[in-house]
Amino acid sequence: MAPAPLKDQRIERALFFNRAVIAFLGVLALTGVLAGRYLELQVFEHETYRVRSDNNRIQTQPLPPSRGLIFDRNGVPLAENRAIYELAIVRERIADLDHTITELALLVDLTAEDVERYERNDARKRRPYSPVMLKSQLTEQEVALLAVNRHRLPGVEVSSRQVRNYPFGELFAHVLGSVRRINERDARQLDTGRYAATDFVGKRGVEKFYESSLHGEPGSQRVEIDAHGRIRATLDVEPARAGHNISLQIDNRLQIAASAALGERRGSIVAIDARSGGVLAMVSNPGYDPNLFVTGISAEEYQALSQSRDTPLFNRAINGQYAPGSTFKPVVGLAGLSHGKISWDEIIEDLGYFKLPEQNRVYRDWSWTRENTGGQGKVDLTRAIYRSSNVYFYDLGTRLDANDIAGFARQFGLGQRTAVDVADASAGLVPDPIWKRGAKGEVWYPGDNVNYGIGQGDLLVTPLQLATMATIIANRGRFLAPRLLLSSDEPLEEFKAYTELPRVVGPAPNDWEQMVDAMEDVVHRGRKGYGQNGTAWAYIGRDIPYRMAGKSGTAQVVEIRQGEEYDEEELDEYRRKHAWFIAFAPADKPQLALAVLVENGGGGSSVAGPVAREVMDAYLLPQIARQ
Amino acid sequence: MFAWDPPLLLMLAMVIGFGLIVLYSAADRNLNTLTSQLVRIGLGLSVMLVAAQLPPRFYLRWTPVFYMLSVALVALVLTNGVTVNGSQRWLQLPGLRFQPSELLKLAVPMMVAWYFHDRPLPPGLGSLLVALTICLVPAALVVLQPDLGTGILVATSGAAVILLAGLPWRYVLGALLLAGAAAPVAWYGLQDYQKQRILTLFDPESDPLGAGWNISQATTAIGSGGLEGKGLFKGTQSHLDFLPESDTDFIIAVIGEELGFMGVLFVLLLYLTIVVRCLYTASLAKQTYSRLLSGALTLTFFVYVFVNVAMVSGMLPVVGVPLPLISYGGTSAITLLAGFGIIMSIYSHKSW
Repeated sequence: MAPAPLKDQRIERALFFNRAVIAFLGVLALTGVLAGRYLELQVFEHETYRVRSDNNRIQTQPLPPSRGLIFDRNGVPLAENRAIYELAIVRERIADLDHTITELALLVDLTAEDVERYERNDARKRRPYSPVMLKSQLTEQEVALLAVNRHRLPGVEVSSRQVRNYPFGELFAHVLGSVRRINERDARQLDTGRYAATDFVGKRGVEKFYESSLHGEPGSQRVEIDAHGRIRATLDVEPARAGHNISLQIDNRLQIAASAALGERRGSIVAIDARSGGVLAMVSNPGYDPNLFVTGISAEEYQALSQSRDTPLFNRAINGQYAPGSTFKPVVGLAGLSHGKISWDEIIEDLGYFKLPEQNRVYRDWSWTRENTGGQGKVDLTRAIYRSSNVYFYDLGTRLDANDIAGFARQFGLGQRTAVDVADASAGLVPDPIWKRGAKGEVWYPGDNVNYGIGQGDLLVTPLQLATMATIIANRGRFLAPRLLLSSDEPLEEFKAYTELPRVVGPAPNDWEQMVDAMEDVVHRGRKGYGQNGTAWAYIGRDIPYRMAGKSGTAQVVEIRQGEEYDEEELDEYRRKHAWFIAFAPADKPQLALAVLVENGGGGSSVAGPVAREVMDAYLLPQIARQ
Repeated sequence: MFAWDPPLLLMLAMVIGFGLIVLYSAADRNLNTLTSQLVRIGLGLSVMLVAAQLPPRFYLRWTPVFYMLSVALVALVLTNGVTVNGSQRWLQLPGLRFQPSELLKLAVPMMVAWYFHDRPLPPGLGSLLVALTICLVPAALVVLQPDLGTGILVATSGAAVILLAGLPWRYVLGALLLAGAAAPVAWYGLQDYQKQRILTLFDPESDPLGAGWNISQATTAIGSGGLEGKGLFKGTQSHLDFLPESDTDFIIAVIGEELGFMGVLFVLLLYLTIVVRCLYTASLAKQTYSRLLSGALTLTFFVYVFVNVAMVSGMLPVVGVPLPLISYGGTSAITLLAGFGIIMSIYSHKSW
């Protein structure tokens, strides 16, 4: 070692001591800084961080309520809940996604579409460690296979949840509506608290109208989660309250019979219990399988449904608006009686056509021929009903003031929504001069009265409204508003206390009885010779074991221009007339009233009449057989 | 005669014992973690007691060799090291993998002390420049690995010697001003992740799920502990995995959460006691080398404590500095205990 330069150990020690003391003071100061920082965090700001730490680990999760069940009047379930199993993947817990998916494909039926949808959803912003669905609706076998292989598949979860099930599928699609997945627009309108755990909401029909009661109240549970989102412990649970179960007036068996009677034809049947106003059957054909909207409907399937020319998603029973045609004649007749324009005895001459004074336009009867023969001859009101004389009602239409026809028709619930609990029903249209000026910008012509008399022109009704009208005639003016609800396990907030609507004023009791008699003749007056039988007798009246009152009608789809000749066969099927038939039975003590519409069916008596008879038979024959 | 320092050993044992208890909780009562830490501590204590038996003269003589060897190994790491997490810090030897930069934490202060040992103090400008070179060359090699945190700590350990040697205050002031002026320039030399760590320091909420997550969860853990803590094994932040690195670099947050401010204060006071005891030893030493070395090792030890405790509470950017003698794993405990061994040797050989 080189010789040490001069070092004064005493001075150096003093220097070192000085530095060591300063260093110690520095250490003390810095320790104070640390202590101060921790004092700040742990004592002064403790509350902030305590809350933050609790928010980290405690999560309140909503629990979905189970949806109320829907039964028919016989206790048959029309809408129930079933468990479905879903396969989900927690991406963060999987090292090799492709490998996992390959493994899963050996166990469950995985389509490329499933994987694509999963990848789309997985790419969205989401909480780390949250499961993303890979496949819904696993079969029981798949669930079992996954359970057995569970240990080999970390990050793969199988969960179950309840979904709606409609055991009858298409049969009640239009009455019940269906639940559908909540979309963004629904989400904005729904109460986020109540629907926090709910994926589906009732759309259309009973599911929509009674949504609030069927839905129930969600519960909640507080859970402790770790940083990966895994639940470590459940802290407390407030169980959900299930929705109310409800029973409908609908009679499962009658619905089946009505649907069968209509068969493959497009159309609608509404059948009402005349004693209560309860809707026993409501059919709209074609329908669709509401379960598709629960389990997921593909874009193609939905497009096919929504763009079909037969409009299966369209509920004809409440939204189909058609001219009532001759089924409106009993109302016009009663209006004429009420306003003193005609009497039961008055007779007019029906030559098969009608002309307004000083006008050239010819209004034809349905029996008019090119040879200008036809007509019903001498016609009184009864004959005008059972022969469905147009000329009689053209004439009566012109005798009445248009506002009187409209006002009288509205007493039967036409032009308004009178059903107690039918969601989204259409109001139809009862035209009058003020309406015409406002809507069409035209004045009311005398010719409008002519058309009004036979239920054509701007007048529009739905099958539900015509069934309601039939019920009112059956009850001789008493108005029981139609309704779907029979009972529920608890009173429902949506169902207002049932009050009878005001009865139809104007017709005398005798008028009602004679009108019912005339409508009985439509069905029962037979074997009287050519031109003397009820219009429907040949089709349904020959062998009927009970007294049925009815009235046929045809609604024009395209207007037939003046002087133009046409052949029904040549008209495109979709431009043919709609066939109507309204009926109730037994005529003296009515139990069932109904309206039948066959779209583009042609003749009311020949096409819609037999359908009405079949439904009526299905309801009454078992009772008659029991007696 | 057996050379040791019973009071210092007792204080170290208290820190270690306390640390093992906290680690048992932080590692979710994993006995394997505890066992492996016990083995490491046992090895460190053995190294310490052996180091205490060697006289300071021995250290003085072998310092240049040890220094050269350490620098050479660190240089070797740069060319032949094992890359872990993007940094080349490890040297793979048959049977063990080891981090030569740890050796520098001892070699650098030893070398600077050796250099000042036979020179008049306070040092002149020439000696200062040589001493700085001794610090900065190895520190630069470590920064190149890249391991900025350890590099700074290595430089700091050398700087501590220079400071204790009587560095004129005007130089200290000048160096601080220079560092302040160089900071904006240095910013551009930082890696992106390093910049992010510094930015996070100023605004931990800016990216609460990314870079700020660690700090935000750590302060939440500490703050939620309150004065008395949630109780051992009852920390929700650590046991539900919200707190990252809870058994290694962030273990002070577990102490804060489970034992509260009282627990943190207890550890800080233990560390302070150790610092006081060691500075006392340094002031008793007769020779320049032993005085400067023991003083610098003590200050470096405190710097580790300060940097760790400050970074976990969000006062400093996150650098990979474990909490001395408490954090799990790494070779730092062995190096630290070796350092305390040297201090014990100096204590036991007061006459030199």
